[in-house]
Amino acid sequence: MIDIAGVTKSYRQTSRRQDSRRQDSRGQNARDQRASDTDASFAIQGINLRVPEGTFIAIVGGSGSGKTTLLKTVNRLIDVDAGRVSVGGEEVAHIDPVGLRRRIGYVFQGIGLFPHMTVAENIAITPRLLGWAKDDIAARVRELLDLVALPQTYAPRFPSALSGGEQQRVGVARALAAKPKLVLMDEPFGALDPVTRDALGAAYRDIHARLGLTTLMVTHDIQEALLLADRIVIMQKGRILAQGTPQELLADDQPDGVRALMDMPRRQAARIADLSHAGPAAPRNRSGPGDGIGERDG
Amino acid sequence: MDERVAAALALLPRYLSQHVILSVAALAAAIAVSLPLAWLAVRRERARWPILAVVSLIQTIPGLALLALFYPLLLALSALALKLAGFSIPALGFLPALLALTLYAMLPIVRNTVTGLTGIDAAAGEAADAVGMTPGQKLWQVEVPLAAPVIMAGIRTAAVWTIGAATLSTTVGQTSLGNFIFSGLQTENWISVLTGCFAAVGLALIADLLLGLIETGLARRDRRYVLAGALGLLAGTALALAPLARGQEAAQKSVYVVGAKNFSEQYILAELIGARLAATGAVVEKQQGLGSAVIFRALAAGDIDVYVDYSGTLWANVMQRHDTPPADDMLGEITRWMKERYGVTVLGRLGFENAYVLAMRGERAAALNVKSIADLVPKAPQLALGSDLEFLSRPEWAALRDAYGLKFASQRSFNPTFMYRALQDGTVDVISAFSSDGRIAAQKLTVLTDPKHAIPSYDAVVLLSPRRADDARLKQALMPLIGAIPVAAMREANYLVDRNADKKTPAQAAKFLADRLHLN
Repeated sequence: MIDIAGVTKSYRQTSRRQDSRRQDSRGQNARDQRASDTDASFAIQGINLRVPEGTFIAIVGGSGSGKTTLLKTVNRLIDVDAGRVSVGGEEVAHIDPVGLRRRIGYVFQGIGLFPHMTVAENIAITPRLLGWAKDDIAARVRELLDLVALPQTYAPRFPSALSGGEQQRVGVARALAAKPKLVLMDEPFGALDPVTRDALGAAYRDIHARLGLTTLMVTHDIQEALLLADRIVIMQKGRILAQGTPQELLADDQPDGVRALMDMPRRQAARIADLSHAGPAAPRNRSGPGDGIGERDG
Repeated sequence: MDERVAAALALLPRYLSQHVILSVAALAAAIAVSLPLAWLAVRRERARWPILAVVSLIQTIPGLALLALFYPLLLALSALALKLAGFSIPALGFLPALLALTLYAMLPIVRNTVTGLTGIDAAAGEAADAVGMTPGQKLWQVEVPLAAPVIMAGIRTAAVWTIGAATLSTTVGQTSLGNFIFSGLQTENWISVLTGCFAAVGLALIADLLLGLIETGLARRDRRYVLAGALGLLAGTALALAPLARGQEAAQKSVYVVGAKNFSEQYILAELIGARLAATGAVVEKQQGLGSAVIFRALAAGDIDVYVDYSGTLWANVMQRHDTPPADDMLGEITRWMKERYGVTVLGRLGFENAYVLAMRGERAAALNVKSIADLVPKAPQLALGSDLEFLSRPEWAALRDAYGLKFASQRSFNPTFMYRALQDGTVDVISAFSSDGRIAAQKLTVLTDPKHAIPSYDAVVLLSPRRADDARLKQALMPLIGAIPVAAMREANYLVDRNADKKTPAQAAKFLADRLHLN
């Protein structure tokens, strides 16, 4: 579904305003020349990645690892300096970015709903831009509210009247509105409390399977990636450090850097297990049941 | 009710309607120009500073000066258009007022729009790109709605400024609430001044309230507020346009525009002429408070149809002549020259003179033994001269000064009303008075004779614009005035308006004059 080959992007370019329409292939070489001056000036460098149709791939890495930049090259929110990005066999550089984006779902970090539009209007935005009939749009909105398990009565509300979890359910519904086959997610559940985050992650994984979607998700949470993704790509300093299935990455034959990363959730799980076996004598600071967490699903 | 209050209230609907139409038009034009300009400033960072600097600079020009500057500019443009395309542009009235007010209203709109658009949450902008909006869709569906409350606040500020500054448009011949203020100041009719001020303040408050409703609605995303505000504005504008629509029907009958300069006698004569024209069923408009230099050009250009000027003023200012022939020769020459040069018709003398004269308090003149300007010459170096705002820069003063070698200890300019007060309280010793001024008799002033005839005669004459040269209705209405107004009658009428107690309006004085001279 997605084929990323030898993609490089320098910081100088990312910091500039992106107007992909004005980009042309001339001058590409000159930029390549400049781009290879120093390693530190790259957001991403020499990335090769294939995302087969129907898979759920998570890109993990710390801040500044280039994972979001990589994601944005797929729907041309960022244009690459060198290399090729193809979606469904077509090179994106040759596709009008507006049309491209309308057929790729996008879920934002920090939700990114339009505050001046109602829930229904937010969900309907891409179908409306594509010129769907009014009745079709209304039916689609109802269908999507059901899909993301939100009551129909939310349709006329503004996003500010919803909780964070509910808002991100709307964000997922908006991304799926125009029936895309490919969904990009940029830290989609990062702003949510842990319980909501877990529930929404599982709900999305279910939708992904049911609709046969291809999903590329950026996250800094290794645990989330392990639980949701078919394959995980680990990025560091603009390059891919390792990639594989959760099982492969959790195996002992991985290089030290990957092992250190993968050990963390395992160590945390072990510590939590220790706590529950330690019994009531352990010096704990719990306020007991009903302490607030998980009382509402976002 | 007090007569002056009644007179002011009778004028209120028309002035208010004109004021609203002008303000709405200027605000609409300012919005239409400012929004794209602000958008450009946001998109092109290199254009931002120059755009903001220019609109700020315009704001520092005093409103009155900005209005005044458009008159010569439009006059030149009109001449150019006439030469190139065969049509002329009205240089007086609505157009210069509209242009100046539009420029004046731009700063708050441009500034707030730039602030609003640059202050949008970056996430919303990125979301717009990511769902596949074109730059145009992003602007109209995301950026403008999100910046709307801030933009609206700028429009609100601009509206209040415009309504206030629109009072100044009276000076370029556009009727507005400023007519109350300017004519009230000239004739010391404080009721008129206050009516104008209160009406303008009230209008600004209402506009601010309605625009505030829209702003609140946009901020709270509540259509009801927006709708209420918009409906209120529409209703107000429609109400203001209603008299204009009625006027449109009348306009087919042809409108006569009567001009007046900015002093009481001119207001009274304009009322008198207007009343006579109205009596024939004609529709009459007035453009009052115009400056001496502006009014003749306005007549020649056809912006006004008729007004009263003075032979000496025309001779020296318009014709640039410095000799002083006998009155009859002068009038004959003026009549011929006006027709030939501008196509302007001199209908005839009204019968009185309103000459510049030098006047002193009676007892002071007697004490110094001054009867003529020649007697004044040796005493002048110890005396102070008070003049109106124009006199010292007029050719008549230069002629007088050079003919006699006059030299005063000091020279000061006053608003005419204050000039007479200054003479009374001894601040000045000699003033430049008008011979038809009612205060000369009322304050027992001595008018100094002019043995050298240095100042030309100032016969009041009726002038008609070129397009009214053969207008039978106009001539029929005005011919009875020719030779019919003696100076004593004019002085009395002037004094009714100029005196401090029991003041009359110019319309009342015109009525008095008509009655006294049996002109009905």
